Amino acid sequence: MRDALIGILTELAPQHPEVLFLSGDLGFGVLNEFIARFPKQFLNAGVAEQNMSGLAAGLALEGHTVFTYSIGNFPTLRCLEQIRNDICYHNANVKIVCVGGGMSYGAVGFSHHATEDLAILRSLPGMLVLSPGDLWEAAESARYLLSHRGPAYLRLDKSAAPATVKHGEIFRPGFIRTVREGSDVTLAATGGILGEALLAANVLAERGLQCRVLSVHTIKPLDSDTLAAAASETGGMISIEEHAVNGGLGGAIAESLMDAGVFPRFFVRMGLRNTFSSVIGSQQYLRGVYSLDAASIVQTVSVKLGIDAEVHP
Amino acid sequence: MNAQTTDDTHLLAKRIRIHALRMTSIGGGAHIGAIFSCADILAVLYGGILNIDPAEPESVNRDRFVLSKGHAGGGLYAALAEKGFFPVEKLLTHYQDGSDLSGHVSHKLPGVDVSTGALGHGLSIAAGMAYSGKLKSASHRIFCLLSDGECDEGSTWEASLFAAHHGLANLVAVVDYNRIQGIAPVSEVMELEPFADKWRAFGWAVKELDGHDHEALLRTLATVPFVSGKPSCLIAHTTKGKGVSFMEDSVLWHYRIPRGTEFDAALAELESQS
Repeated sequence: MRDALIGILTELAPQHPEVLFLSGDLGFGVLNEFIARFPKQFLNAGVAEQNMSGLAAGLALEGHTVFTYSIGNFPTLRCLEQIRNDICYHNANVKIVCVGGGMSYGAVGFSHHATEDLAILRSLPGMLVLSPGDLWEAAESARYLLSHRGPAYLRLDKSAAPATVKHGEIFRPGFIRTVREGSDVTLAATGGILGEALLAANVLAERGLQCRVLSVHTIKPLDSDTLAAAASETGGMISIEEHAVNGGLGGAIAESLMDAGVFPRFFVRMGLRNTFSSVIGSQQYLRGVYSLDAASIVQTVSVKLGIDAEVHP
Repeated sequence: MNAQTTDDTHLLAKRIRIHALRMTSIGGGAHIGAIFSCADILAVLYGGILNIDPAEPESVNRDRFVLSKGHAGGGLYAALAEKGFFPVEKLLTHYQDGSDLSGHVSHKLPGVDVSTGALGHGLSIAAGMAYSGKLKSASHRIFCLLSDGECDEGSTWEASLFAAHHGLANLVAVVDYNRIQGIAPVSEVMELEPFADKWRAFGWAVKELDGHDHEALLRTLATVPFVSGKPSCLIAHTTKGKGVSFMEDSVLWHYRIPRGTEFDAALAELESQS
């Protein structure tokens, strides 16, 4: 997904001289072409995320479209007050990019896992929150941000779901993509873990269960109409995210359905439950450990729908 | 914009102090001591240094001013009102329900470039503005007024490193060095000395002066950048609560609200000054 972003920015930078890309001293190798071709549109702000975010606000107030870029929590939680006060309160045109959403950085350790960011960033007034699930959504999110005005957060996963884009499909920020139709249960995922939801849907289809799979690439504003329709038409809503279950996708969906007065027969939030992702292992391994992989989704759906998950392994 | 004599800036400083005294008294706002310590700096900036025009508060060519010590917002509001950015009468709405004049400075007012209040934010924003100005080869300057207390914040020094590394000669940091922070003297809380040497070591061109000496302020601020290719830091040695004898150099008047006989006495002292 990171390469999708850099690819779009490298392609479109000449048409957007107002764009400035600030890195918190990360992106070795991957940013080389951008830096070489557009040296005046790149700035390494050093390992100083508070300053990077304040700088971004000052630059945006002077008319630049500013991207801040770093790993995990560094461009968000480390400098949250600068984001709140300097960027959001001034409605500054700053796009905050996190590479390594969720547990992307795997065995690097919990310090590099972003597992509370969606909850925190979406609570900020005026903040657009994008969390693409596949490479197409990532590239289109990046393209959209070049024309979007105001603060935005782009959470990029290392993993990406297989492509589900339809021929001629247009990316619509703020609208959920229904990437698989179904009427028995809804699987709503955000980020690369969308791939696990799709895998689970395949397995469940073999057992005669049709899952509706939603890619929630925009966490804020949330597409409450699509969620309400899915919850009432399928009767079951399961949110899936590499994030704490508090306040992220699951929390946002719960708020949305309650606000709309829509009450599915069952509702499950799959995510991290009051725990740090402290186990050591790859992103895929950790999904298994924290019951977020396809098998866990199959198990959850099976339990809720009263079928035996073990009958057809 | 330039004042012909320091008589103008002295009058402006006096008015800033009297407005701020009324505003904090009526509204129940704090930080009168921190406003008084920088009233002369604000008066010289707004009376003789900044290239600004109340008719065009968002002019691209204006000098930018970032009040990083946002708790002195009352002082900036007073300076802006006196310079015609909004009616002086508006000042008395400070801290009142529904007012535009929050205790900590708000950019929702004409002439205010940046809202601050949380300390250690302003210099980074100012550095971003300065970097942009340098990219565009613009001629305007960016002035940022800091408190000494906010030099406890790591982000202030992140910004300081950045500004020097990029040779932001269009950036001027003025530190209101009144040596008293929130609840105790700087020397007891977190010693900043050798303060000027710290800024020099970070790569800034540094000058020091008496922050209540208008002639020195005017003369010095007129010569920025102090050194070609470097950001300028002016350490202004000031007295907290300057202008009212019983408020001067007192920790108490960081938060205390001037009311009753204290208000009357303070007003009488300020009005008696030339």
